[in-house]
Amino acid sequence: MRSVDLEESSVRELNGELHRLTPETNETRWVIEHPQGKHAIACGLDAPVTVEVKGHVGYYCAGMNKHATIVIHGNAGVGVAENMVSGEVRVKGDASQAAGATGVGGLLVIEGNASARCGISMKGIDIVVKGSIGPMSAFMAQAGTLVVFGDAGEALGDSIYEARLFVRGSVASLGADCIEKPLSDEDKVILRRVLERAGLSAGSDGGPDGFRLYGSARKLYHFHIDNVDAY
Amino acid sequence: MNAQSPKAATPPRFSATFDPQAIAEIQRAAATGIYDIRGGGAKRKLPHFDDLLFLGASISRYPLEGYRERCGTNVVLGGRFASKPIELKIPITIAGMSFGALSAPAKEALGRGASAVGTSTTTGDGGMTDEERGHSSILVYQYLPSRYGMNPDDLRRADAIEIVIGQGAKPGGGGMLLGQKISPRIARMRTLPEGIDQRSACRHPDWTGPDDLEIKIEELREITDWEKPIYVKVGASRPYYDTALAVKSGADVVVLDGMQGGTAATQDVFIEHVGLPILAAIRPAAQALQDLGMHRKVQLIVSGGIRNGADVAKALALGADAVSIGTAALIAIGDNDPSLEDEYRKLGSTAGAYDDWQDGRDPAGITTQDPELAARLDPVKAGRRLANYLSVLTLETQTIARACGKSHVHNLEPEDLVALTLEAAAMARVPLAGTSWIPGHHDPKTDLT
Ligand SMILES: Cc1cc2nc3c(=O)[nH]c(=O)nc-3n(C[C@H](O)[C@H](O)[C@H](O)COP(=O)(O)O)c2cc1C
Repeated sequence: MRSVDLEESSVRELNGELHRLTPETNETRWVIEHPQGKHAIACGLDAPVTVEVKGHVGYYCAGMNKHATIVIHGNAGVGVAENMVSGEVRVKGDASQAAGATGVGGLLVIEGNASARCGISMKGIDIVVKGSIGPMSAFMAQAGTLVVFGDAGEALGDSIYEARLFVRGSVASLGADCIEKPLSDEDKVILRRVLERAGLSAGSDGGPDGFRLYGSARKLYHFHIDNVDAY
Repeated sequence: MNAQSPKAATPPRFSATFDPQAIAEIQRAAATGIYDIRGGGAKRKLPHFDDLLFLGASISRYPLEGYRERCGTNVVLGGRFASKPIELKIPITIAGMSFGALSAPAKEALGRGASAVGTSTTTGDGGMTDEERGHSSILVYQYLPSRYGMNPDDLRRADAIEIVIGQGAKPGGGGMLLGQKISPRIARMRTLPEGIDQRSACRHPDWTGPDDLEIKIEELREITDWEKPIYVKVGASRPYYDTALAVKSGADVVVLDGMQGGTAATQDVFIEHVGLPILAAIRPAAQALQDLGMHRKVQLIVSGGIRNGADVAKALALGADAVSIGTAALIAIGDNDPSLEDEYRKLGSTAGAYDDWQDGRDPAGITTQDPELAARLDPVKAGRRLANYLSVLTLETQTIARACGKSHVHNLEPEDLVALTLEAAAMARVPLAGTSWIPGHHDPKTDLT
């Protein structure tokens, strides 16, 4: 196990070391002490390693992650796991705005709440939030799955494309072109698979029961004068 | 009125306000209920580089010999923070135009032409293709609000990164790609359903404001290990402050695009009515760099209506380090070619005016995703035409620089210029020809913001 103390090393030194890891590395376990809300911690990783961050992180922790598993034992600032490609990022606390923004793959689990714009512009990532999410979440969400155990804030899924949004609690309001949809068998399989990957398939707060599905009405896919209010 | 003669006919008189263009647009709007979307830049007459003249040499200024004395044209971009700055042989780059807006052969032609003369090309709102990477020796990778196709591997195989905040044709607007152009490959690259009218976001999803931008730049530098130059591109609207904020946020290069700058598809009302002509934007941007002690340390690239070497030389003299071209590059590779006149006519246009780049039916095979149309463009020949054109721009720029006695094109300066109109004198902050008057500026050295 490698331990890096960010009171002694800089984020640059840490990321430089993490970037030098190859897929065959045997330095597969890393612990980062005293992150102290610093930005861009463990971003741009591209190796199958596990990084445990012991505290709160600033903006863009685990940004553009590939292959790595990153666990944040604290809260995360803006854009945690933004544009993630693969791997897994887990936030033990709460996440700020734009969690998982534009992510194309991989899994982001937020055990607390997520703020506004969670999953904005998501492009294939799976996001599971055990708490609630803020307003304008899944704005222009293109693909992937967002699962929320708590409530969703206003304008959920505004201008959404083909992403699936599962919410168990209440939804303050739906954004333009986002509607509730019947839960098909295929949707249930997708939901169950995401929850299993997130390790939440059983237990008191786990399980796929009681979720509602929201997605695109596909009415804004073509410019049309009757939709003028929405543009 | 004389009763015998027929009524003296008043000749038809067109209104200056309701001119034929305005009337046609009212009729079009009434018939369709939707705004006009088109390609290209502002078509109205604007104060531009034509309104400036170089003074040339005289008794007190010594010229250089045309073919014998060296006049350098190279430019280094990104030396502020990047460990691998890029060096262009000429101060003219190819602007960001997406694969999607342009066909694959068109992108290849741009790469071939630019590489042949030692300059860069730029991706666009749709990600990087292998063809484009392969044919461009120096490739700038755009980081846009939509983040279509964005991924760390392409970020690392780019030579520089350009964070796009805005574009001159539509400062404050997001991208558009109409359904006709969302082919299966384009849809896959952008993670969108095929054939939809794509509206890309106008704001970045994970940051707002200059303080966030600084952290975003830090993240991109971390991901790429501080190797790549990072550009920030803005449409010309508040050039002094935008330049200052880009510098404060840690940019290596500022790209400033005026309202004449082309677009692949935008509402006509947006193109014609939002933003500043590039002539009015260069001095404030250069002034911001000077005020921060960053002129020539953070490079300034300007664009929007650059057509010839005189435009290039004037942009450099006003303080830019390089220019970039979009529309002119498309024309060089074959857009609006008179030999296609019959086909332009069928599309309701004419060579020289064709701007339905949003439509995907470009007979030149440039702004289309139709495989048959795209196959008409020979990327090797088109690339050669672009290389020729870029060489001419460079030679013309050097011709002017030598006449002004400069051994490098970067030595051109505002003192080499005068303006032909009051507007241009005020905007470019050079004296009206034959006078020492710069309207609106009592002291051109200090009062420039
Ligand atoms: C067909 C086309 C597509 C464009 N696509 C983009 C784009 O994806 N991203 C961007 O920042 N600018 C885009 N632009 C704007 C250019 O990068 C550039 O700012 C402009 O073309 C410069 O002005 P000029 O056309 O007068 O040379 C596009 C322009 C054209 C003509």
